[in-house]
This record gives sequence, structure tokens and C-alpha cells, in this order.
Amino acid sequence: MPRMSRQTVNFLKGMAFLSPWLVGVLVFTTIPIGLSLYYSFCNYPLVQPPVFVGWHNYNYMIHDHVFWISLKNTLLYALMSLPMGMVIALALALLLNANIRGLSIYRTIIFLPSLIPLVASAMLWLWMYNSKLGLINVTLRSLGIAHPPPWLTSTQWAMPALVLMSFWSLGNTVVIYLAGLQDVPRELYEAADLDGANLPRKIWHVTLPSISPVIFFNLIMGIIGSLQTFTQPFIMTQGGPIRATYLYTMYLYDNAFTFLRMGYASALAWVQLLLVLTLTALAFWTSRFWVHYQGK
Amino acid sequence: MTNAHNIPTPQTPPPDSLRHQALVGQAVMHTHLAMQKRRRLMQQLLIHAALILICAAALVPFLWMVSTSLKSNSHVMSNPPQWIPHPVQWHNYKAIFTRHNSNFLLWTRNTLIIALLTVLGTTISSAIVAYGFAKIKFRGRGVLFAIMLATMMIPFPVTMVSLFIIFRWLGDHTGMQWLGTFKPLWVPAWFGSAFNIFLLRQFFMTIPDELSEAARMDGCSEFGIFVRIILPLAKPALTVVALFSFMAVWNDFLAPLVYIQRSQQYTLALGLQSFYSQLGNTSWNLLMAASVLVIVPVLVLFFMAQKTFIEGIATTGIKG
Repeated sequence: MPRMSRQTVNFLKGMAFLSPWLVGVLVFTTIPIGLSLYYSFCNYPLVQPPVFVGWHNYNYMIHDHVFWISLKNTLLYALMSLPMGMVIALALALLLNANIRGLSIYRTIIFLPSLIPLVASAMLWLWMYNSKLGLINVTLRSLGIAHPPPWLTSTQWAMPALVLMSFWSLGNTVVIYLAGLQDVPRELYEAADLDGANLPRKIWHVTLPSISPVIFFNLIMGIIGSLQTFTQPFIMTQGGPIRATYLYTMYLYDNAFTFLRMGYASALAWVQLLLVLTLTALAFWTSRFWVHYQGK
Repeated sequence: MTNAHNIPTPQTPPPDSLRHQALVGQAVMHTHLAMQKRRRLMQQLLIHAALILICAAALVPFLWMVSTSLKSNSHVMSNPPQWIPHPVQWHNYKAIFTRHNSNFLLWTRNTLIIALLTVLGTTISSAIVAYGFAKIKFRGRGVLFAIMLATMMIPFPVTMVSLFIIFRWLGDHTGMQWLGTFKPLWVPAWFGSAFNIFLLRQFFMTIPDELSEAARMDGCSEFGIFVRIILPLAKPALTVVALFSFMAVWNDFLAPLVYIQRSQQYTLALGLQSFYSQLGNTSWNLLMAASVLVIVPVLVLFFMAQKTFIEGIATTGIKG
């Protein structure tokens, strides 16, 4: 057997260790995405073989007002929940980073809701939002508001209700912020103290730039996560009332598994992929203006 | 606002005028310190107040859920609501198991089977792949690693439709059923998951190479080094991965919804949802009791491994 060079040996070793992932990414990611690109150009009602129809699905999409409604709803949901959620989580993390007693109890309690499985929290909030007997409206009425919003049964309030409840389970984001805050070098704060900076200035000039990579991480995860939201509206409102909370992933799901339009669903999947990639790329592009990595 | 630079250094005894100034300075310092202390105290009180309010907001929904789960149907409807159920209806919890069409024990068993297979699969395979990325230098490693990170951004809904078609095709052509079985839910876990690989790779990188070098000198194979040296040292990271993937299975709704068809094979998440569609919004007490049952195991797990949890989440953000 001819001696292999060290480089070749290492390459083969590396491939051997990577092989589970290499196979997995091919079978469970690359092939499905490739196939769905092909199907997106087909008429494919599942029970019959796919028939190539060119750009038909994409043409149809442009004139499909339900597609536009679901896209608009999804962007609206992301715009309402993501920026505000990030600010609230950061504020919570700043509070939890203060030097006071009993912090670990506060931290635990604030983290707890994010542990709740989505389906269970959907049930809980269905009950909280119940317009007659739910805790929220009972409380509002006892505060003298005679006609509190009917929340999930109103076209106007259903979406804000979903957004509000997303703030209940920000614990994960808070923990990530907290870890970032604890990594900010003390010397920076001491230097700011010497310069006579007050608290808001310290937060603006020291804290935020130092944790900007963490903010960026949460932003990316938030974009990807909020654009595929499905479970809560699927269970709580079924997209209603009158499609007020009908989100993109629900439309994709319905096309594939209710209407069995696999071709059109694949086209929707591709548009969703491109949307996520575009928005993430945009975030990456802006990051060079506001994300500062330590030591660079 | 600091007066630190006004205080003369004690080594040189100051002349009279200066001493006077120093005394005044000291007095000012004292009141200043007292004020600062008071302000600090006020600030701390405010933070406590804010945190207590926020914690109440976080906890109230839980308490409301538990309270509802122990009420009789007529008490649920009472207005204004009672926080302490009277009488306490423990048998709501029993009713969940005995109700027609409810299979809570079976759904729990199903979820545990899928969770076990997923946790085992993803921990083992992700660790193997992570070792390749962390400890073996080979051409193309950087590119492959970047590709792996990029795959983390692909939303599941994007692949679920064609995966469904693939699983259906496999069932028709290989004689091995996939749809309507647990396989679509746990088999992919045995091929590593990008997130877990990344997490473990970051941890493996912190293990010094000298250990593996020494073992290599002794004639240990690469796989031997991985199993005998790296894995034992990586227990904390492996625990994090196991814990997170367990939580992910417990939480998952969309994938079981797509790939599982019969109610005997439901996971808890699907079962809970079917419970809701059966009961409508008539039996909130039973619905809340069922939800509590789904939540409790997660809470128990969290309190058993709180530190692992929090540190695990923290690393995902910091090393990201």
C-alpha cells in the first residue's frame, strides 16, 4: 500500500467524522430543497405525478390575494413582535444585571415562561384572552373599562394579542443578553465613571456597543423565528377572524396538506426561503455599521 | 461629581489654611457619600419594585392556569373569579386520563420514545461531527463549516413539503413505511443537527490538544481519542445538547402534525391540541389540567438541571 501524505490522511479522517452530517445535509436538506425547486414549477396534486408547468405557480402567486394577506400578516407580526421584544428583553436583562439581592430568584421566574411548550402556552393564553371570563378582561373590567377588547375574536385585536403573548416568553433572549452583559469588561465602566458619565450615557456608550454582537445574534434568530411562526395562530385563531392572523407558514401548510397543492406549496416554500435569506443578508450587511467585535 | 481630587494626600502635612480646606472637603465628602448611599438605596428599591411587578406578570398566568385546573365547571364560570378553588377538584386530573378519546398515557409514551431516540441520535452524531470540525485539520474544513452554519438559517417549513413527498415515496417503493410512523421525527436526528454540532465544536475547541497528542503518541486511534479523551471531558456540553433536544421534541408541534396521522401515535403536543378541538372552549378546567400535565415534566427537568440550562443558552449567544 503506498504511503498517503499526512494531508490526505487528515482529509479522509475529517470526512469520516463529518460523514453523518454530510449524508444528513444531503438527504434532509439539499435534496428536499432541490426537489421543491423542481416541484415549484409543477402542478402536483400529490395523488397524480407532477406535471411541469413552468412559471405558472409563481404567476399565480403574484395574483393570489391570500398569499399577499399571509405575507403582510407575517411581516406585520415580525415587525410588531421582534423589535419590541428585543428591547423588552434587553431592559429585563439590564434590570437582572443590577447588583441587588435575590437576583437568582428573579432570573428563574422571568425565565420560566419560555420553558412552556408552545401548545400548552397557546391553551393558557386562549383562556387568558377569553373575552368573557379570561383573566385579562376580568381584570380590565374591574379597573372600570366597561368594554375591553374581545382579543382573539376581533380582527383588530387578534394580532396584537398574539404579539403581546410573545413577550411573555422572552426568557431565552434575556438569558443570552445577560450572558453578554456579564462579559462587558469592568474597566470600560470604570473609565466611563472617571469621565463622569451618567447611567443612560454608560448604557448607550459602553453597554450597547459591547454587547452589539449579542444583539445581532438575537436579531438574526428573531428574524428567522418570527417569519416561520405557526403553532400559536394555528391553534388559537386558525388564522382568523377573517384571516386577520393568517400567517405565511399556515398558508404553506394549508396548500400542502389541506388542498394538496404540492407544487404551489413548494413555490411558497422557495419564496419563504428567499425572504428569510434576504432579510438575514440585509441584517448582516447593516451589522458592519453597528456591531463591534471586541479586539477588532 | 467626584471630589476625589480635592483631598490632599496625607503624606505631606498641610499648612493651616489648607488643613481647614481639607476638613471642609471631608465634611462635604461625608454628606456626599451619605447622599450617594441614599440614592443607591433608592435605586435598588426601584429595581426591586420593577422586578417584583415583572415577576408577578410572569407568574400570574401560571397560577391562573393551576387555579382553573382545580375548579368545578360552574366555578370556572363564576364572575368575579375566585383564585382559590373551593372545593378543590383533584378529579379533573383523573378525568383527563379517563375521558373518551383521550390517550394521555399513550401520548406521553410516544413522546418519550421519540425524545429518547432523538436525544441519543443527535448527541452521538453531533459529537462525532463536531470532533471532525474541532480537532482535525483538513482542506475544505472552513468552507464546510460555513455551509453548516448557513443551513441553520433554513426554516423547517421550507423543507417539510418535499420531505413529506420523499417519505411517502420511500413508503411506496421500499416497503418500509415512514409516514404515519415516528421515523420522520427521529431518524434525521441521527445525522447531526447544525445547532448541536456548532455548540459541541465550540466546546471541543477549548480542550487543549496536548492531551490528544499524548494519546496519539501512545498509538491511540483518532476515534479512540474522541471516545476516551474528548467525550469524558465534554460531559457538560453533551448534557446541554441532550437537554435542549429533549425540550425541542417535547415542544415540537408542526413536524408531528405533518408526519403523524393516527391519534394512537400522537405526541403530547398533538394530543393536547386534539383535546382542545374536542372540548371546544367549554371545559377550561380540563384543558388547563391537561396543559399543566404537559408542562410539569419540563419544569421538573429544569429545576433538576437549572445551571446546565442557563449556561447552555448563554453559550449559544456568546459564542455565536
